[in-house]
Amino acid sequence: MYALWIREGKLKVSSEWNKDRQIKFTCQDPCQLVRKTLGDPVAEDMRYVVKAVVGEENFIDMTPNRSNNYCCGGGGGFLQNGMPDQRRAFGKVKFDQIMATGATYCITPCHNCHAQIHDISEHFEGGYHSVHLWTLICLSMGILGENEREYLGPDLADVDVLPSKELEE
Amino acid sequence: MAEEAIKLGGKKKSKFIDQVKALLPEGGNLNLCLTCGACSSGCPATGLEDMDPRKFLRMAALGMDEELLNSEWAWCCTLCMRCIYVCPMKIDIPQLVFNVRKSRPREDRPKGILGSCDMALRNDTCSAMGATEEDFQFVVEDVLEEIQQTQEGFADLKAPVNKQGAYYFLNQNSREPVTEPDEMVPLWKILHIAGADWTYGTKGWAAENYCMFMADLENWEKIVRTKAKAVDDLGCKVWLNTE
Repeated sequence: MYALWIREGKLKVSSEWNKDRQIKFTCQDPCQLVRKTLGDPVAEDMRYVVKAVVGEENFIDMTPNRSNNYCCGGGGGFLQNGMPDQRRAFGKVKFDQIMATGATYCITPCHNCHAQIHDISEHFEGGYHSVHLWTLICLSMGILGENEREYLGPDLADVDVLPSKELEE
Repeated sequence: MAEEAIKLGGKKKSKFIDQVKALLPEGGNLNLCLTCGACSSGCPATGLEDMDPRKFLRMAALGMDEELLNSEWAWCCTLCMRCIYVCPMKIDIPQLVFNVRKSRPREDRPKGILGSCDMALRNDTCSAMGATEEDFQFVVEDVLEEIQQTQEGFADLKAPVNKQGAYYFLNQNSREPVTEPDEMVPLWKILHIAGADWTYGTKGWAAENYCMFMADLENWEKIVRTKAKAVDDLGCKVWLNTE
């Protein structure tokens, strides 16, 4: 949907904000969305959106990727089944994959992936951030408010913040 | 000098082996598994609980049902389907794992998943965190009102609830309305700018379905039907699952 709306000109995204900053991003192909449902075409759409938003030169793919990507370990109920040690051992594969890209941010357009990739970054002290695509799309259009930056690092905390006024009580 | 052949499995009546056979491609048999190990080499769960996908399949083929049922590995597999994706013979190991989950008595399945499934069954929101219809509507309207009043250019931002005839019915993972409501806002802005005709529903809004992970077929279906009915009742055309 995002890719369609960008192609149609409805979402006027730009990567201008990252032209000088050169902050690097990678992205997780969610198993449910890519391998299990819509296949590689949706993975291409996702890359189209990501590159439009962060700049082509600032996107670094994981290896392997798309339909061949490794699961992060957040699916199948793993986040809720009371086996955190096994879940993190599973996630170490994904963690190493992300660290190998050297990216500061991993874009996770799936709720389970977001939670798991965030958790393994903290657990293994990877230092990268896990962020939804919707956050970056809004950032790139200059409409992301200051309270909508929970998952952004300090480097993006004050980039193009949408002006707001105090709520009158 | 010939030693006697090792006998495996005795007279045990196997159940999983029949299921494995049914999972093989048309006209196939168990010999179709080449034991190549492509499944295991690309599986992040390989090695957990002293198990891997190939071993799991071979154990089923050998009739070691009890050992499979007692292993926790079926709950370490995320059903991500990378094993069947790379399998040259397209053997459906995830379905086998799902069948093993299903074969364990309901009350003995992992408590976290069980609790989330049961919670989702409590009301028509299907929220695994127990958020009610009133909770959800209140949070959405409260957050929306604050954005309309404080953020430049969004005085007319919308987050419709129960809008009859909207094109998209959008769902939402419970975590946002319950623990971090500001995370809902970026998507509202995107939909607003793209001019999408969308709505939430107070019924069936929760995106998650832990009954599916728990292999509770009856309640998995019940939750999907509750959600589908909510979409139909509002006359929406597309059921849109969020990121």
